[in-house]
Amino acid sequence: MYKYDEFDQSIVDTRVAEFRDQVARRLAGEISEDQFKPLRLMNGLYLQLHAYMLRVAVPYGTLSSRQMRMLAHIARKYDRDYGHFTTRQNIQYNWIKLEDAPDILADLASVEMHAIQTSGNCIRNTTSDQFAGAAADEVTDPRPWAELLRQWSTFHPEFSYLPRKFKIAIVAAEEDRAAIKLHDIGLQLYNNDAGELGFRVFVGGGMGRTPMVAPVIREFLPTGDFLSYLEACLRVYNRYGRRDNIYKARIKILVHELGAAEYARQVEEEWAHVKTLGLDPPPGEFERIAAQFALPAFETGIADTVDRSDPDFAVWLDQNVKAHKQPGYAIVNISLKPVGGIPGDASSAQIDLMADLAETYSFDELRVTHAQNIVLPHVKKADLYTIWQKLVAADLASANLDLISDIIACPGLDYCSLANARSIPVAQKIAKRFEGLDRQRDLGELKLKISGCINACGHHHAGHIGILGVDRKGTENYQLLLGGSGAEDASLGRITGPGFDEDGVVDAIERAIEKYRTLRTDGERFLDTYRRVGMDPFKEAIYG
Amino acid sequence: MGNALRFRDDTAHEEPAVTLDAFLGQTNATAVRLESDEDARKLIPQLGQLALIEVAFPKFRDGRGYSAARILREAGYTGELRAAGDVLVDQIPYMRRCGFDSFAPEADIDTDALERALSRYEHVYQKAADGRSPVWALRHG
Ligand code: SF4
Repeated sequence: MYKYDEFDQSIVDTRVAEFRDQVARRLAGEISEDQFKPLRLMNGLYLQLHAYMLRVAVPYGTLSSRQMRMLAHIARKYDRDYGHFTTRQNIQYNWIKLEDAPDILADLASVEMHAIQTSGNCIRNTTSDQFAGAAADEVTDPRPWAELLRQWSTFHPEFSYLPRKFKIAIVAAEEDRAAIKLHDIGLQLYNNDAGELGFRVFVGGGMGRTPMVAPVIREFLPTGDFLSYLEACLRVYNRYGRRDNIYKARIKILVHELGAAEYARQVEEEWAHVKTLGLDPPPGEFERIAAQFALPAFETGIADTVDRSDPDFAVWLDQNVKAHKQPGYAIVNISLKPVGGIPGDASSAQIDLMADLAETYSFDELRVTHAQNIVLPHVKKADLYTIWQKLVAADLASANLDLISDIIACPGLDYCSLANARSIPVAQKIAKRFEGLDRQRDLGELKLKISGCINACGHHHAGHIGILGVDRKGTENYQLLLGGSGAEDASLGRITGPGFDEDGVVDAIERAIEKYRTLRTDGERFLDTYRRVGMDPFKEAIYG
Repeated sequence: MGNALRFRDDTAHEEPAVTLDAFLGQTNATAVRLESDEDARKLIPQLGQLALIEVAFPKFRDGRGYSAARILREAGYTGELRAAGDVLVDQIPYMRRCGFDSFAPEADIDTDALERALSRYEHVYQKAADGRSPVWALRHG
């Protein structure tokens, strides 16, 4: 894991002091709420329906046990004893007092964490593959590049007042576990035919009101040009991205209106100039960072088998445990989606327990996933049964990873001031309807995503099944979408037809799923069947 | 108008700034004002004759002027570069990093708060137009 040096620590500590000064000026009435807003937003502090919400950055989703414990401490001391893990691998606290915010940031800084640029029209926290450094299929660990990005983008003087927020995701495997094509910039590390490592650069993806899958802007970017090229991408956007309409201000609209080829041409032209400025750090800086992501000291020659005699354990093992690149080790996914729970929420006690497990069994490391779950990346197979028992005791052993009840849901009308409809109760009803694990496992991988409004924080466009809350003549109404994907086969879901009320949408999903069961061929997921047969049979089943 | 601020040793330039169109149409002006949607690169062929470039910030959220400033400094412009309009305490440090060295804020700036803001960060992560060494350069000597 990356460790701050004196420079990193000094910058983060200074940020705490700066924010303390800004909050004091606000509380004293020296600056207006309107002037304070962009400052607090740049620090992840939102004014929500009931209180301030603070979003804390978890850079590329990686945490140490010590950092995880601090997240529990903050929940306990300043909030209502729980935190909410988000689709951007961050954590949010929903009940924060403005005057506490500087102290929270000071607590975070003491464990090398911050809330810098977790909101505002700037470059946000970079997201990455939650299995980075452990996945059997990666060409390299993408996180050192993500850390370079974190440093480059932190307080970037030119790109802190962009037309709109800006999200970058980076992966290093063919399987895309970070939805890179639905980001403003998506980066895929791979080796070209000559065996050199570089990036495939996607620009202009996104969700929201106008969802788009990002086109490739550069097929192969040598690693040495990484930051200068991104600087050029951002400069073209900062200069020419639309500022007349908030809904057309994301880079996807610029790329779409110019055309990918013309945007790429402008970037190349800008880059030819920017490259001469010496903005790219020397290779030694990358090596310094990469050394801190060295593989942990795995034991070799240990057992590679697991005793499956406990049937409940075996179900969890098959569903939530993934292949690790090191023989004898596995990747454990801890589901934060118990039936009846709030997707992504964890209590302080649960957060502490997960920190303890990581310390004892996973080389002190945890990950937050964009599906709002937690990962123990490096676990000895011999320890799996013990870990599972401890998770069961803490109500953290739901064996539903990637199944229909592993729902992504935004906070919706229960918390969010922009919402049209509630998301959480719908998620709870669906999970309840499909409660039986046998039934869920029979349905196989099924990504269900819910957003409480068109802003699409719940990624409904990218769900195999998506739900969008809309406001219809003052009542909550839900549109249903089918066929989306945020993976390497990225696609956008299509609306089935007229919307439903809360119970109606659950019924409609059940009808669509029963239709899938009659249509599927061997091994076909819901998404595969939908892609093969199209919308019509499902429409008929839903509305028929 | 708020209090004008200047971070230069030379004497202030007196000639009023002309619009970009006017500047491109006549050859002897020495001061120009760039609106936020105008292309700073159009000035590059004639930078040598300019003593003042004023860049408009109609709203502090409109960040195009940051790029304009860097483009001008990267092209070798050494004259006065002024940010004018909705210019606030907490944006000025970023503006300084992008090459602005003079400010014409619409509303008064609290100079104590500004002094604190400008001297606050000892280190920066990236190279910009102010000549500060990024931490990667300090790390690798
Ligand atoms: S999708 Fe809408 S309702 Fe949900 S969190 Fe985002 S803004 Fe709020």
